[in-house]
Amino acid sequence: MDVSGLIKRGMNQTAYIEAIGGEVLHVGGGTGKMRLPYSDKLVGDPDSGVVHGGVITGCLDHCCGMAVVSALREAMPIATLDLRIDYMKPATPGAEIFFEAKCIRVTHEIAFVRASAFHTEGDPIALSTGAFIITRGAVPPLPHVKAD
Amino acid sequence: MDILSRWRAGGETPDPAKLLAAIPYCQLLGLTAEVRDGALVLIMPFGAHLIGNPVLPAIHGGVIGSLMETAALAQIVWEGGVERLPKPVDINIDYLRTGRPVTSYASARITKQGRRVVNVHAQMWQEDAAKPVAALRAHFLIAGS
Repeated sequence: MDVSGLIKRGMNQTAYIEAIGGEVLHVGGGTGKMRLPYSDKLVGDPDSGVVHGGVITGCLDHCCGMAVVSALREAMPIATLDLRIDYMKPATPGAEIFFEAKCIRVTHEIAFVRASAFHTEGDPIALSTGAFIITRGAVPPLPHVKAD
Repeated sequence: MDILSRWRAGGETPDPAKLLAAIPYCQLLGLTAEVRDGALVLIMPFGAHLIGNPVLPAIHGGVIGSLMETAALAQIVWEGGVERLPKPVDINIDYLRTGRPVTSYASARITKQGRRVVNVHAQMWQEDAAKPVAALRAHFLIAGS
């Protein structure tokens, strides 16, 4: 399995992402993509059935992390410095949500990322901007991959 | 009728603990609320399903954001004066320290409440409230449809 494949498996087996039912679709070339099927347990507004904003934050952060990791030439630890999210419109109850992130630039210390959440491409539910700190020369937290 | 209107119609005051119990995602995270020294504090006991980095291990950044966003929402509802559940417009999260696998706490403060928009600041901490794990600044819409 290549590095992207390992990252994808590791990021798919993250306990929180498993708990909310998210699935990593793609990692590579400085991008990350995942999908999140609708589930009643993710609801943040019990009257409308709209998912909690925190769910969107979680998946955007996760996709941003994948985009950064896959933009680096070798595996090294990264951590989110900050994340800004604009909620353009509520997610539609019952519909699955897609998330896409792109690493815009990597400097020696910092990686800059843009990401979006949507049902239909080009019609965003949320847009986000994030910065990640890169720790070069440290032992990387290799993806924790369960044995088959 | 929405949850806050139902409470109002029943003569009930907004209760953050009850609000969290009525929100499925807050139940998934295991959130509860308490009033300590006159301030509303959200509590999130550690659970294995909150992990984002199994190597450190660390709580997922999305969980940290979820806890603080909920603290902000609960604070607005608790302070009263809103007709229905506030909707997030935008949030800014600063991640300051690793969220370790222990109990987390969050509280929020309303910076300004306008007629349509509320500006809120929230913080999350673990053992030491003086060492925040993360901070959030957010706008919530409290009017309109």
